[in-house]
Amino acid sequence: MSKTQCFHCSLPAPEPVVFFAEVEGKQQPMCCPGCKAVTEAIIAGGLENYYQHRTESANPIADLSQRILEELRIYDRPEIQKDFVQPADNTKSDDSRLVANLLIEGITCAACVWLLENHLQSLDGVERVIVNLSTHEAQVTWHSDQIPLSDILLAIHRIGYKAYPWRADHQEAMLKQENRTFIRRLAVAGLGAMQVMMYAIALYSGAISNDMPEMYRNLLRVVSAMVATPVVFYAAAPFFKTAWRNIKTRHLGMDVPVSIAIGGAYLASLWATFFANGEVYYDSVSMFTFFLLTGRYLELRARHATARAARALTNLMPPSCLKEIDGEFVRVPVSELQPNDKVRILPGDAIPADGILLSGSTSVNESMLTGEYLPIEKQTGDTLLCSSLNVDHPVEIQVTKIGDETRVASIIKLLQRAQQDKPAIAKLADKVAGWFVAAVLLVAICVYWGWSGVAPEDAFWITLSVLVVTCPCALSLATPAALTAATGYLHKLGLLVTRGHVLEGLHTIDHVIFDKTGTLTKGELSLTQVIPIEDCTQSLDQLTAMAAALEAHSEHPIARAFSITSQTFTASEVKNHLGMGIEGTINQQQLRIGRPDFAFPQSTLKTPESDGKWLLLADDNKPLCWFRITDSLRPEAAATVKRLQKMGKTVILLSGDTESIVANTAESLGINQWQAESSPDDKLSYIQNLQSKSHKVLMVGDGINDVPVLAGADISMAMGNSSDLARTSADAVLISGNLERLADAFNLTTKTRRIIGQNLAWALGYNLAALPLAAAGMIAPWMAATGMALSSLIVVANALRLSRSAKPTHSSGNQHADTFTKEAVV
Amino acid sequence: MESLIILIPIALVLIALAVKIFFWAVDDGQFDDLEGPAHSILFDEPQRKSSSNSDTTNTSDNNQ
Repeated sequence: MSKTQCFHCSLPAPEPVVFFAEVEGKQQPMCCPGCKAVTEAIIAGGLENYYQHRTESANPIADLSQRILEELRIYDRPEIQKDFVQPADNTKSDDSRLVANLLIEGITCAACVWLLENHLQSLDGVERVIVNLSTHEAQVTWHSDQIPLSDILLAIHRIGYKAYPWRADHQEAMLKQENRTFIRRLAVAGLGAMQVMMYAIALYSGAISNDMPEMYRNLLRVVSAMVATPVVFYAAAPFFKTAWRNIKTRHLGMDVPVSIAIGGAYLASLWATFFANGEVYYDSVSMFTFFLLTGRYLELRARHATARAARALTNLMPPSCLKEIDGEFVRVPVSELQPNDKVRILPGDAIPADGILLSGSTSVNESMLTGEYLPIEKQTGDTLLCSSLNVDHPVEIQVTKIGDETRVASIIKLLQRAQQDKPAIAKLADKVAGWFVAAVLLVAICVYWGWSGVAPEDAFWITLSVLVVTCPCALSLATPAALTAATGYLHKLGLLVTRGHVLEGLHTIDHVIFDKTGTLTKGELSLTQVIPIEDCTQSLDQLTAMAAALEAHSEHPIARAFSITSQTFTASEVKNHLGMGIEGTINQQQLRIGRPDFAFPQSTLKTPESDGKWLLLADDNKPLCWFRITDSLRPEAAATVKRLQKMGKTVILLSGDTESIVANTAESLGINQWQAESSPDDKLSYIQNLQSKSHKVLMVGDGINDVPVLAGADISMAMGNSSDLARTSADAVLISGNLERLADAFNLTTKTRRIIGQNLAWALGYNLAALPLAAAGMIAPWMAATGMALSSLIVVANALRLSRSAKPTHSSGNQHADTFTKEAVV
Repeated sequence: MESLIILIPIALVLIALAVKIFFWAVDDGQFDDLEGPAHSILFDEPQRKSSSNSDTTNTSDNNQ
């Protein structure tokens, strides 16, 4: 790449590079003051090794604002700490040491762990820090009388990570326990299988050369039985439990044939050992258990990883707000708010409860609730809705409704209703399992019946070898192995699948429905058009640069639309007229930008007709230029829509925004079906109508107003920077915010289904081929054991091909998309 | 061949021991992070205030 990259986060640094940091005597380019501050903090801590050891670049950094400092202070309150902090030693009451469980956001590789541990341990009062690379959890032990927790959290933020309290709740404890128990079972099965296999080889060679003294044969069998017993009763216990549950609920899952094979072979081998006739299958039993447990363990780890990632999405900072207490505004958790409280809301903050604007005016962004992307003007006495964003000025509101009574809560009620109606997607593996069990049992009975006519003394042993040979080891690994590999691969791409049915159901989808604001569009304002007034002499670039120089002095979202352009001018004597525009001097020229009646009051100019927000730039004598600010489309949106349409999916746009805007968007993306001004209720009934015509619907959205639809759709996806509610009610989250991943997911499911098909075909084929041989009494125990092991390994290896699928397609606009996501995070 | 009669029981005892040690390691939290420790040996250790990173949960504390 020819462009200069930020040394810290590897994003392109805007040319000319203005920020540098000294690393090991060299000036390294930085993309923003945030990265510069973090790099300097790392170097100052003597931790420059991080840059040598890291294998992934760091995440881009937001500046630490006063707001974050205040929010972190909330964590020093004991009532907030009680959720995630425990005393280090319960036995001593005078011990000031506490242990906090934190979730760290931004860990990309092992060097991050090293950096965090060393940086935090260098703080006075911090005793021990353990960071877990796979779960991103951190355990910090510190002396509460020497350093407040907020300082530790601040130190984490200083080096570019974010720390959230990790509530080690019941669910988390269960995951940990499940993981540990599973590893124990795996160890017992693994060690047991190796030992039994060793004895089995001696037994096989004895059986083949037929010269083993009976005493040694019996000794080896008894020892094998001793080792196999814990394998069956401890390691294989979960299979028996599930099978028993399946039988009680009259639902045949894969664990039923598995249990019949393990249990049957083990009992028959015991019989053979102690009554010294027939064959022993201890090796098959143990290896079978070990293979299946390995498959299940991989599945379990993938499941835990997504469960953790999903929980991390909801485990955010407790929302806080500035409440008036005795004439002063103090930051308190939102849960402490009561009706009639007075709350101050700063620009950029979310409104914590429904309330009435007490004085002044501002504009709020209600796109999360309505889908409308332009801020809405609010005057004194107007109602401000919970979860919308304050854009313009700091204002004070009087809380009218909290919690369950707010407008948002009514949408949540709709969500619960939609969840109940959600159609279920059947699991392929379970469907196969039912038939398989029936077939195996039927064949076993026939074989027994057939042989008892010919050779009654062999009938039992031949039936048993049929059961062992048809044991569905490969079959029960076929689907989970493929799904686990595919889920892991999607996670790497930036699509987090949080519910199991997504991959199995995606291929049935025929309608893909998009929300507009924040999903197909970036959901933030950007500069899309510049129209100079006719007799203006300056070039477009100059005009934009002048506007950017003025807007650089404002924090307003509109101002951010200009921030990408390079800074060739500097403005002085800048005055910010709230709600109107900005005034300043560039090259001794007095300039104004903002609303037309502010920039050039004597103007008779008409605002251009197209939608969006139009700003006018003017000097003292004449208007100069129009700037159009709109919510622009994601660069990959059009390509994604086209790819989906090529796959034969019907793409539909449902938005709460006004008709003209939605129509424009739909047209520029080539979407034929769209509906504007839809309420959450409308959207839900739209998809339910489709579902009633037996269409399968995938919904992609981000706002709170999309939540009921997300819950009601057959499969739903939320964008990475969605509202928390949308992310938790969706089946998958596009963490990267790149819509192309959606089309990639469709491609991957096709591939996954093909591999599952191959796996099932191979597993069934192997069983079918072995069945007649076993039924004819021609399979010796060693053949059964090797055949089973080989077919399982083949199935797993085939599934692993999914985790190194071809590189995803990249659209040209990607680099840009990344910089924009970055802004969104900031 | 007679040696089997002694060697096999010894092997069984050793396995039992191995399983016991493994169980202890699992309970000690050594298998909670299967990725991080593989990388951590690659980093140079700077001088630490306390050398307590190697031990894990519920160890007895040294500064009582």
